[in-house]
Amino acid sequence: MSTLTIGIMDPPYESANTPTAFRLVEAAIRKGHDVYVFCYEGATALGYAGQKQHPNAVHGTSLEAEDHPNPKEWVKSLLAFAAEKKVKLVWCNCGMCVDERGVENQVEGTCRGSPVDAWKYCEASDGVLLIGTE
Amino acid sequence: MPRYLSIIDSAYRATIEEQDDTAVWFTHAMKNGGADVSILLRGDAVSYALMNQDAKGLRFGSRAVIGPDMVRDLKAVVERKIPVYLVADDLAERGISASQTIPGIEHIARDGIARLIEGHDRILSW
Repeated sequence: MSTLTIGIMDPPYESANTPTAFRLVEAAIRKGHDVYVFCYEGATALGYAGQKQHPNAVHGTSLEAEDHPNPKEWVKSLLAFAAEKKVKLVWCNCGMCVDERGVENQVEGTCRGSPVDAWKYCEASDGVLLIGTE
Repeated sequence: MPRYLSIIDSAYRATIEEQDDTAVWFTHAMKNGGADVSILLRGDAVSYALMNQDAKGLRFGSRAVIGPDMVRDLKAVVERKIPVYLVADDLAERGISASQTIPGIEHIARDGIARLIEGHDRILSW
């Protein structure tokens, strides 16, 4: 099996790039590959533990019925999925980007790093995909 | 009362996470608050008018995502008496026939956009 590095840059709730990145990570795990994810700039808010669901008055749905997606839950689910599949998933946030945004309170299992860590992940990988923001 | 026109161009930007389009949602919320609003779908956003869209089935590990239902949302907008227009030229360029679109949406030519804007007091360009 291979090792992949995927870089994400878009913040939550702003771009179709976000679910695309999550789908790629999911597919890689499902196929048994190890994955390094490096979140840069706005993407460091994906794992922010303070995200909350809400009801939706326009949809006419309650909190439960709306079941509004919070990307932090996707991060947690992918970390659990990787453990279940016995592959490595590293979810690393750019530490300076985290501090700038005040999103230090992250879901369990994520870590802080720097561009040097991202470079090391790339060097340890068979393939690298950076999904930059537009 | 000033008449607002929401011109929606970008499409499917964050619909998976939001479970709707934020500009359509915002305009509908304005209407619910009493505003006089209309919607113009242009560019890629004309795809929102397409019937039989289905974004269900996505999951990340064990976490299922309900997904957006743009047909439900556009039908709700039409039923709420919010005038919805789309640019027929943009629809045709994407190979979508008029018969595939949600009833109640008015198709206008691209050269009719200026006239539509003239008929409104405030333009919200999304």
